[in-house]
Amino acid sequence: MTGAGGQLAPNVVHFARALRAAGLPVGTGRVKDALDAVGEVGLEREDFYWALHATLVSRAEHRPVFDEAFRLFWRSPGAPAAPAPSGSPEAARPAERDRAAVTRRVAEALAGLRPPPASARGRIEIDALLAWSDREALRNRDFEQMTAEELREAERSISALRLPVRDVPTRRLAPDPRGDRIDPRATLRAAMRAGSAAIPLRFRSAARRPPAVVLLCDVSGSMSRYARILLRFAHALARDRPHVHAFAFGTRLTPVTRWLRHRDPDQALAAIGRAVKDWDGGTRIGACLREFNLAWSRRLLAQGAVVLLVTDGLDRDDARGLAAETARLRRSCRRLVWLNPLLRWAGFEPRAAGIRAMLPNVDEFRPVHDLESLAQLARAIGGGERGGM
Amino acid sequence: MTPRPLPDSVEAVIALLGEGEYVADRSLATALFLSLRLNRPLFLEGEAGVGKTEVAKVLARTLRRRLIRLQCYEGLDLASAAYEWNYPRQMLEIRIAEAAHEVDRSRIEHDLFSERFLVKRPLLQALEPDPAGPPVLLIDELDRTDEPFEAYLLEVLSDFQVTVPEIGPVTAAAPPLVIITSNRTREIHDALKRRCFYAWIDYPDAARELAILRVRVPGAAERLSREVVAFVQKLRAHDLFKLPGVTETIDWTQALLALDRTSLDPETVEATLGVLLKYQDDIARVRGAEAQAILREVQGAAAP
Repeated sequence: MTGAGGQLAPNVVHFARALRAAGLPVGTGRVKDALDAVGEVGLEREDFYWALHATLVSRAEHRPVFDEAFRLFWRSPGAPAAPAPSGSPEAARPAERDRAAVTRRVAEALAGLRPPPASARGRIEIDALLAWSDREALRNRDFEQMTAEELREAERSISALRLPVRDVPTRRLAPDPRGDRIDPRATLRAAMRAGSAAIPLRFRSAARRPPAVVLLCDVSGSMSRYARILLRFAHALARDRPHVHAFAFGTRLTPVTRWLRHRDPDQALAAIGRAVKDWDGGTRIGACLREFNLAWSRRLLAQGAVVLLVTDGLDRDDARGLAAETARLRRSCRRLVWLNPLLRWAGFEPRAAGIRAMLPNVDEFRPVHDLESLAQLARAIGGGERGGM
Repeated sequence: MTPRPLPDSVEAVIALLGEGEYVADRSLATALFLSLRLNRPLFLEGEAGVGKTEVAKVLARTLRRRLIRLQCYEGLDLASAAYEWNYPRQMLEIRIAEAAHEVDRSRIEHDLFSERFLVKRPLLQALEPDPAGPPVLLIDELDRTDEPFEAYLLEVLSDFQVTVPEIGPVTAAAPPLVIITSNRTREIHDALKRRCFYAWIDYPDAARELAILRVRVPGAAERLSREVVAFVQKLRAHDLFKLPGVTETIDWTQALLALDRTSLDPETVEATLGVLLKYQDDIARVRGAEAQAILREVQGAAAP
């Protein structure tokens, strides 16, 4: 750092700490990069902004947080101001409404900075606090009310359940004595060891991995009991394999993946309960699927994900746009499985408009009403190719 | 061809890219300047068609460096990304050694796994010294590959070296200029991003998009370019599954130019909408009344 004045370096460090408190993964290495970068571009307002941006941001969703923090932190007279906001496409889309939450989150991170450092634990608490205050304005709902003793028992057994999801083949090859392709590298090594006229062939075949699973869970009034169970199921899945994502929807779509990372299922569900604001309300399946298709499907479904759509298909929107959105969803994923608890009644007939709109556009239609059907579901994920049930 | 010195300021980067007909905004230029200056890979994210790959191509052209491109895909492995042994030749070599009654195993092995039999793939090629200066290494659409490959890249990107177990580490004398792009079909791990500088390439604003059109489709009438840009900008405010990128804007203008149009008219817009929008749902949504409304708005505003 040359010619930058004595105050700049501590300020950049302080700013980085504020970002960390606001939830950005800013390590010491990055702070050093930021100082080097500022030393290169100097204090010209716009370059200063983008130099810090290039070194301290690494994910598109952190950009609004960074922008807000920069605005709040460097607003003292003479300090560089942020250039005109250049929102990412997401920011212009549904994420726009999170803007207020971002501001508050950053403001709290800045305020909470003294005394530093803010630990990871503090960060979680800030988030939880925000979710709580946001929630109060909306429907006030006690998560515990619907918890009957049997339900608890069932939940406990889900956590204990072994959920063997069937692996799917990848395009990568791995050594396999019963494989169908020759492994030249291993063959050559074997040939050298053998050293005789015959070259013993070694084989390989496609490596396998568990498929990504995306759970879209209806949490409207008619579904709330099953929603809780299915989210518990998602938690159990996420516990021992990567790439499990979950969304709750009623009148709007809420991503809940990050709360599945809580090790304790009760804590995870409680956090989800606080985050989801339309629990027990109506359903707008078409609108929610559309939001998923627009904002999330490209990011989550590209690697051949299996989508589990949990809903009873009772749509308050008269199934508007539902068929088209379900079809679009099916075209972007490996397999679309509809889990419908209503299916347990033998006399079930697809009479509601929503059900009739969705039914032709899913790959598979399964019941989920007891533990046995959940265990079967886990085995079925990844199995079956498109077209065959 | 003598290598060109690297640009020494953000303005110089903008000018350099401008020479290659790339209209860069300040955020990208700053990030690129820093990554050249501090020898770090540049990680570019953005929607499809905003010109991420183009950055690397233009950089290689204007700096007169070799461009080495590694296109990522699902299942990309070391054999196609870094190196592979030339197995047929090795097998032949074993036969020859046998015919010559060579009995020293370790010597055969040593000969077999020497550079003579190594097939170099993009990552290893990028580490080789080049008289024109270190090459530009473009790792394109990293999000298409899987996590194991990302993890492998860590060594390449932080130390600029590839380890071939039979030979040892191969290190670059001068590190290549690395540009990584991602369409964000999944998140790339933070460990990899931490080694890079990050830039998000946005859809350009109207002024910059017009500047891009002027450079890339110089034959188009001024009025046509203005209307096209205004139309596309309005279209991006719509709720579409895939918004048109800059590539689509350029393609559309070229298409209209090929049709000898000097301004937009309703029939032409209808007929060429497929150049701009690539999903049937989106076309069905925009075609007809919606497109006409945008067109009226555009031409109403453009009229003096």
